[in-house]
Amino acid sequence: MTLSIPELEEFARKCRVEIVKMVYRAQAGHPGGSLSEIDLISALYATRMRVRPDQPKWDDRDRFILSKGHASPGMYAVLAEMGFISHEDLHSYRVLGGKCQGHVDMKWCPGVDFSAGSLGMGLSFGLGCAVAASLDNSERRTFVMLGDGELQEGSVWEAAMAAAHHEVGNLKVILDRNRIQNDDFCEVQMRMFDIPAKWRAFGWEVKEIDGHNMEEVMAGLDFLESTNDKPSILIAHTIKGAGVSFMEDNPAFHGAAPNDEQFAQAMAELGEVVA
Amino acid sequence: MSEMAATRDGYGQALLEIAGNPKVVVLEADLGKSTKSLHFRKKYPARTISCGIGEQNMLLTGAGLAASGYIPFASTFAIFTERAFEQMRNGVARPNLAVHLCGSHGGTHTGTDGSSAQSIEDLAIYRTLPNVVVMHPSDYVSTLELTKQLPALNKPSYTRTARNKTPVMYRGRESEIIIGKGITLRQGTDVAIIACGVLVSESVKAAEALAEKGINATVVDMHTLKPLDGDLINSLVSQCGAIVTAEDHNVIGGLGGAVAEHLVKNIFAPLEMVGVKDRFGESGQSDEMLEVMQINSKYIEQAAHRAIARKS
Ligand SMILES: Cc1ncc(C[n+]2csc(CCOP(=O)(O)OP(=O)(O)O)c2C)c(N)n1
Ligand SMILES: [Mg+2]
Repeated sequence: MTLSIPELEEFARKCRVEIVKMVYRAQAGHPGGSLSEIDLISALYATRMRVRPDQPKWDDRDRFILSKGHASPGMYAVLAEMGFISHEDLHSYRVLGGKCQGHVDMKWCPGVDFSAGSLGMGLSFGLGCAVAASLDNSERRTFVMLGDGELQEGSVWEAAMAAAHHEVGNLKVILDRNRIQNDDFCEVQMRMFDIPAKWRAFGWEVKEIDGHNMEEVMAGLDFLESTNDKPSILIAHTIKGAGVSFMEDNPAFHGAAPNDEQFAQAMAELGEVVA
Repeated sequence: MSEMAATRDGYGQALLEIAGNPKVVVLEADLGKSTKSLHFRKKYPARTISCGIGEQNMLLTGAGLAASGYIPFASTFAIFTERAFEQMRNGVARPNLAVHLCGSHGGTHTGTDGSSAQSIEDLAIYRTLPNVVVMHPSDYVSTLELTKQLPALNKPSYTRTARNKTPVMYRGRESEIIIGKGITLRQGTDVAIIACGVLVSESVKAAEALAEKGINATVVDMHTLKPLDGDLINSLVSQCGAIVTAEDHNVIGGLGGAVAEHLVKNIFAPLEMVGVKDRFGESGQSDEMLEVMQINSKYIEQAAHRAIARKS
């Protein structure tokens, strides 16, 4: 798909609206990390992912692993926009029997390739997918979205070391660097010091961008697609809750739903007219 | 309406009440708001160690503190304690270091977060570790009382708490709550229901429904799964001749498993186990999950009928 920058921005805006609606309807869930990642995964799916929404299990599809699986509303919104699921399915978020489970789950939702929810697992899983693609002589790529708090899990670094050791160039990471985790700012919970230097030291190609500037996002995705001899990571500086003023940079909206008044305000800010 | 409260809040309150002991330290893995250690953190920041999202590091940091004379209380979701299972085994249980691990949000009752957050195996796995005391209290007061007894235990422990509110049952009965001693909530001679955690109040409801049909059930809150109160189970068998266990946990290896092991070794009685039937959960409200998993009072009542029918 080729979309212009304004078209991508509109794609992401529509997804933001769906994210807030999902969390509002469920009165539970994770809006902050969904809003911070949404420009990145919108652009990734709309312009890069080689997938067939009508054939979600197509063997040679690119894989997208949402390792920070709590930020599922963001992914569900994109899957609906892409046609993997319907907009009606978004009403099943956190509802018994629903495709849209609390955390993205490959057993429940078409287009989801990983059963997430436990942090620190997605990069190793993605490594396995990437190695399998090489063994299959397939061109498919594996993209993994990590959270910044998630980097505190030691298993992330086991995978990072292994991917560089095995020169797994078809493995591409996007880091949602929104500076907030569950309880508080990362700086309070566990300082991580120089994150780009850490990845470089582990043998990865690194690029940093503003994760809400579509031009930069597209350049960042170009970087990931063109780096094929080593694993690569795009460090996207983002704002948790981006697009809804009272959620922005606010640890309280990591995992909390808006009330009626806040919902109305969020819809207004996102340019959505609610009947 | 009876008073409702979450057992995780009992844990948080207990930490405050034992804070007078200067050796008590708290470890967190970015879920203090959820496990309720946050109240301790706010009051005693110097004695609270943030381990980031790193459960394995948290457990062994706790072991080092315990080996240095401190009494560490570490908590995260029940499911994520399991990330550090081998640390608990080799680094805590094997050297018998008194690290107290609390897993909140246990069971399918946890609700809409879905299967990745619903621990259904924690009680089983910790029960297999030598030296480790395993508890799953049913209400706010008993969680508070049991947690307050931990600093004197001198052994490692695992306590599962629940996310959502359950009826408060033990106001004024604090002195009956002792690690390793089951609590009899109701006396009857037809069948004994042994339950833990969120299913204790469901078992009381089942017993009330049975009473209307002329069946008198004993209900026991077996908050400590290990060491198991074998004397109490023996007397229940003598008194009732049929046993039902009820837990928001896999039927393999938890309370039902523990009671079954005791019965075949010591004194025989028919046993019906109410629990998660070896399957994973999904997103749903707490009450919906108890129905989907077939573990609410209705199913406990049915199990009681089956157990009674099997009496010889
Ligand atoms: C192994 C594990 N430990 C703890 C949690 C609970 N948890 C869910 S989200 C979260 C914070 C994640 O922060 P981050 O990775 O920065 O995600 P984002 O800010 O993008 O939401 C935590 C601790 C978990 N899901 N998995
Ligand atoms: Mg973050």
